[in-house]
Formats: sequence, structure tokens, C-alpha cells
Amino acid sequence: MTTMTIAKAINEGLRATLGNNPRTLLMGEDIGPLGGVYRVTDGLIAEFGPDRVVDTPLAESGIVGTAIGLALSGYLPVCEIQFDGFVFPGFNQITTQLAKMHSRSNGNLTVPVVIRIPYGGGIGSIEHHSESPEALFAHTAGLRIITPSNAHDAYWMIQQAVDCQDPVIVFEPKRRYWLKGDVDTESPGASADPFKAHVLREGTDATIVAYGPLVPVALAAANAAAEDGRKVEVIDLRSISPIDFDTVTASVRKTGRLIVAHEAPTFGGIGGEIAARISERAFHSLEAPVIRVGGFHMPYPVAKVEEDYLPDIDRILEALDRALSY
Amino acid sequence: MGTHLPSTEFDGTAVDDQREAEAEAVLGAPAEPMVQLLGPDGVMGRDPVFSEYADRIDAGKLRGFYADMAAIRRFDVEATALQRQGQLALWVPLTGQEAAQIGSGRASQPQDYIFPTYREHGVALTRNVDLAELLRQFRGVSNGGWNPKDTNFHLYTLVLAAQTPHAVGYAMGLQRDQKLAAANAAPDQPQEPKAAVMVYFGDGASSEGDVHESMVFASSYNAPVVFFCQNNHWAISVPSTVQTRVPLADRAKGYGFPGIRVDGNDVVAVHAVTEWALERARQGRGPVLIEAFTYRVGAHTTADDPTKYRGSDEEDQWRAKDPLERLEKYLRSQDLADDAFFAKVKADGDELAAYVRRTAHDLESPDIRTAFANTYAEAHPLVAEELAWFEEYSAGFADQPPAGGAGSHQAATDGAAN
Repeated sequence: MTTMTIAKAINEGLRATLGNNPRTLLMGEDIGPLGGVYRVTDGLIAEFGPDRVVDTPLAESGIVGTAIGLALSGYLPVCEIQFDGFVFPGFNQITTQLAKMHSRSNGNLTVPVVIRIPYGGGIGSIEHHSESPEALFAHTAGLRIITPSNAHDAYWMIQQAVDCQDPVIVFEPKRRYWLKGDVDTESPGASADPFKAHVLREGTDATIVAYGPLVPVALAAANAAAEDGRKVEVIDLRSISPIDFDTVTASVRKTGRLIVAHEAPTFGGIGGEIAARISERAFHSLEAPVIRVGGFHMPYPVAKVEEDYLPDIDRILEALDRALSY
Repeated sequence: MGTHLPSTEFDGTAVDDQREAEAEAVLGAPAEPMVQLLGPDGVMGRDPVFSEYADRIDAGKLRGFYADMAAIRRFDVEATALQRQGQLALWVPLTGQEAAQIGSGRASQPQDYIFPTYREHGVALTRNVDLAELLRQFRGVSNGGWNPKDTNFHLYTLVLAAQTPHAVGYAMGLQRDQKLAAANAAPDQPQEPKAAVMVYFGDGASSEGDVHESMVFASSYNAPVVFFCQNNHWAISVPSTVQTRVPLADRAKGYGFPGIRVDGNDVVAVHAVTEWALERARQGRGPVLIEAFTYRVGAHTTADDPTKYRGSDEEDQWRAKDPLERLEKYLRSQDLADDAFFAKVKADGDELAAYVRRTAHDLESPDIRTAFANTYAEAHPLVAEELAWFEEYSAGFADQPPAGGAGSHQAATDGAAN
């Protein structure tokens, strides 16, 4: 067991997968000598060379499109998109090509491409550097989407994404890149299945589901609620597509109340999908409507007001109060 | 009319003279000449570079080119008829482009990998794809229809130019394969034949950003890829003069690799140029852009009407450059083929058409369970949950078999949607 940041854990996970499989390669802008804008690929080009760690031209459609071709020829590309808001030039390749290649080939072709996207706000950055577009991809069948919230998951999930035969998008919570945690590099343990949610904290009064950057916020809210005598269960979703509804349903059957928190705009977001599914699955267990806590229906605001935009402990506690008032 | 789009090849098409002049003022020198060996008059010329490649084409191969072009034209007529009779949802005719496709496709080798767009029926023929399989997509029973691994001929791609970066990535994979093989090879081990990738797209697709990005990548990594642009002059109703101020082949200069404009109705020249480019790519000398200067004689698809956007005089001028007629003239003038040969080609074409018609009628609708099965490569709980619901729902129709074409209301609805 060693302690490292999430960024370092991903770096070590990539190092492990590059070392284990000669057909794995990384590609993206500035990922070579610079080590990526967040230094997630730091040192890898020196270790594995420019054929395995490919500094690409600045062209997101080209990155994803050539990754598809590399995958078709038997390679395992891991693409880095520099920032969430810059994935859209590659959106066409991801949604019309990558997601559908297996299906349209009647299962004859697989395209095991991994796309890493640093996402979310809270770093005081400028336009297009703080977005949470995961729902846009989750709506597309054929893609899998995961998001680690701690270093141990980060180390293993990137390797599990590479091992998966389906295309996987890894949304990396950029404001948590420097969050330290224990990593067991010998065994994934409970993290063996990257598409399974984790119950991080047990409770009986309400359930909070969060993922990625909001997991620490949800835990802090649950701790604060505990001071008022409320026992709140916290679930780290980990996988956004597929969603582990079984774990969420089991929790709601126990607690009767559900709050879903994410940074992405509430409208049309993952929270709505969870609310609807849980309403179908556990209607008679619910003591209150499922309450969503998310961003507003606006472009991600300028950094000076992002604290008003991002769900925080108080916003989750307010939702908890509402849920408990029924 | 300026010199960048040769007037002799472009009479009757509206060209913006001012834009041409501006382009010429910027570029200075006129465009590279177009490579042509077999002219519309059926006379074979010489080219200082490419005749060497054309000389490799013996009489048997030349007759084969004619037979292929005739077969694919007959197939095209049959598929168009099938669409008109309601048997296909749509058809994408290729008539006029037979030489561009047969000439280039026959220049590829089995180990090469081909990425087509959606009109490359002739290339498919050269890659031994069952032409009846091609109709699966257009009949609405598949989004693909064949296994690309069988023939190294990829699925058709309907999103314009999306396949061009795939081709470059595949070529980058071939580069790595060769390095890995060289690193691991025993000294006396026979080497695998080197491979290249060829990707097809049209003049319309050349405006898409993916063509630009794929050419940047191809150049950056010296990828063994041949970009084969069939300039058939019309992006549905928009003429190529609106797509570009310069010959498309000239764009390659901006990426730092050769661009060649070839007479796309001259199967000999197309074959020679493509063979040169593919050999060059296999040798590790990087990408080439070939612009096959040709013409779509018919509609873009069976859904549009060319009489709305172009004159019949233009079509007539291009019919005079017909790729089959010029090769027939040559074969006859050189005593390389006789009436019996041409009669046999016609009979074979009719037989192919009958086979395609028969097979298309017999193509079975898939069971929607195959779509559930193929959405992901690995097990997926949401798909499993929805399939389970579908099974239970379908079982409620006690007197009808669930899904799989005719039967339940659900299946009937899906069929209509297709």
C-alpha cells in the first residue's frame, strides 16, 4: 500500500498497462516531454518512447479517429483530451464512429479505445476548461463511462478501461488530481469491477449518490448531517454508463430517501436518469421524491462566480432537509 | 476559365472565373497536368513515370478490367432497379466511376486494407466482397453486411470523411506491426509482405475537417496511406467549383506529400498511379493523395434529381469520356478482345444481376436480439435489463412469435422505421 495523488495514480496505472501490453499506446496533445497539461503522463515518453507515447497534432477528431484506426488494427490506444470543453471537435468520431463500430459490424469488429477527459470545475479556470459533459456521452449506446474519485480507483480503473473490449471514456475529476490516497498496487480488491458502485458510508435515513469530484463533498455533507443525528448513506457511483442501479436501489430500499449530486447541469443530466429509474424500481420504498443537486441551466459560469454554481456541502444539506421534510 | 480546372474536362459546368483568376494569382504556376494514358479515343499514350507501371498490365488483366467495369455497371443498374421497385431503401449509383474504382481496387494487394465511403461498389468487387452482401445496408437488414476481416475491405461509412482518420490510424498500426515484427523476427524467418492502407472519399467529403486532420496526421507520422479522392464533380447538388479553388490534388502540397490528378475514366492510368502510390507507401515513403478526375453520370443517390441542378449537355460531354467504351475501343483495335469476349461479359453481367436480385429478395430481416447482442462487446447490465423486458413483453403476444421481422407490433414498427 502506497500513498499517492490521483494524478500520480493514473500515471502509475498507465505505466503498468504500457509495461504489461506492447500494444497499448497513449496519444494526445502535449502528453510527451511536457507530460500532459496536468502532468498525468509525466515521464512516460522517456520510458516507452515516442511510438508508445504519441504527441499528436492539435486535432481532437484526428486523435480519436486515428485511435479508432489503431484499435481496428489491433492496438489499444488511450487518448487524452486536454480539457472537457475541447472534446467536442472529437464528438462526431466518438458518437457516430467509436460508439457504433462494434454494433454496425454485427460484432465482427471491436474498438477498445480509451478516452481520458479531465472534467469539472473548481480550479478557477477560463471558458471551456470546467465543463461536465458526461451525460452527452452517456446517452450514446456503445460507450462506457467511468469516473474515479480516489487514488486507488484511479490506479486500477485506467487499467481496467484499457482491458475492456468496449470503448471507455474515463472522466477524471481535475480538481481532485492532487487528492492523496492509499493505493494497493498489488490488488484492486473491491475495485475489481469498475462498473460497480461503492457504498462509502453506511446510513439509514437517506442516501446520497455522487461521483467523481463531488464524492468528497457528499461525504463531508454526510459527516455534517451526522452532527445533527442523521445517518446518511453515501454511494460513489464510479460508473456513469452503465449505472449500477442494483446498489442504488438496495440503498434506497433501506433509507427511503435519495439525493443525487453532480456538477453537470441538473436538467437532462445523469441525476434525472437515476431519479427516474429509482422511481420505477423502488417507488414504494421512497418516503420523498428523489432530489437532484446539480449545476444550473447555463454555460459553465466565469471562475469568479463558480462557487455559486458548484454544488457544495450546504446545497446537499439543503436537499437532505427537503427530503427529510416529507 | 482559368488553368487550374482544365477547361477541356470541365466544359459546360459553371465556373466562377473571378475565383479561378484569384486562385491563379495566388498560386502563380498552373496546376500539375492530369495523368492520362488511355484517351477517350481508345488510343494509348505514354507517360514518363507511369507507363512503366502500365506496361505491367498484360492483355488478360486488361480484359479483366473491362469485365469488372461491365459487371459493376450492370450491378449498378440492377440495384437502381431494385430501389425503384421498393426492394431497397436507397441506392448510391456509381455509373461513370467504374475506371476509378476498378483501376485503383485492382492495384491493391490482399494484405492492404481499404476504407471505402459508401459508393465503392466497384472496389468491393475487386476485394471479392459478395455484391449481394453490399445490399444488406441498403435493404435495411444491417448497418454493415460483411466482415471486413475476410477481405480487408472495411464497412461503408455514411458520415462523410469519418473514415479518413481511421485509415491513417490503421496505417500507423501497420507501421508499428512492422517494427514489432522486425524486432522479434528470427534471422532466417520469411518476412510478411508489407501492407498499406487506401481510403476513399469524394470531392464533397474533401471539405470536411476530418480530411484535413487525417492528412496532417498522415504527414506527421509518414503513415503508409493512400488517399483516393474520386472527384465526381458533384456533392449532391453542389459543384466541386464551390468546394475548392484549386485542383484537389494540389492540396497535398500543403501537407508535404505528393498529390496526383489522374484521369479517373482511364482505368489504365488509375491503375498505374495507384500501384505507384501503394508501392511507395509500402516502402515506407509516406502518403500520397490521388485525385481521380471523373464524373457521376447519374444521381448522387436515388433520392435526388440531377436535372434540378445540372444540364444534360454536361452529362453528355462526360458520357463521351466513358471508361468502358474507351477500353473496348482499345481492346478491339489491338485485337486483344473479340465479339465473343464482349458477349460473354454481357452474359456474365446478366447472370450477376439475376443472382443479386434473387439474393436481395431472400435477405432475411434480422432478429432485434442481434442488436441487443452487438451494442457492446462485453456484458452490459442495461442492455440485459432491456432485453429481459423485451422478452417478457414479446411473450405476451401469445399467438405470434416475438420479433425477428414479421410478427409482433414491435417488429413491424421497427421494420417501418428501417
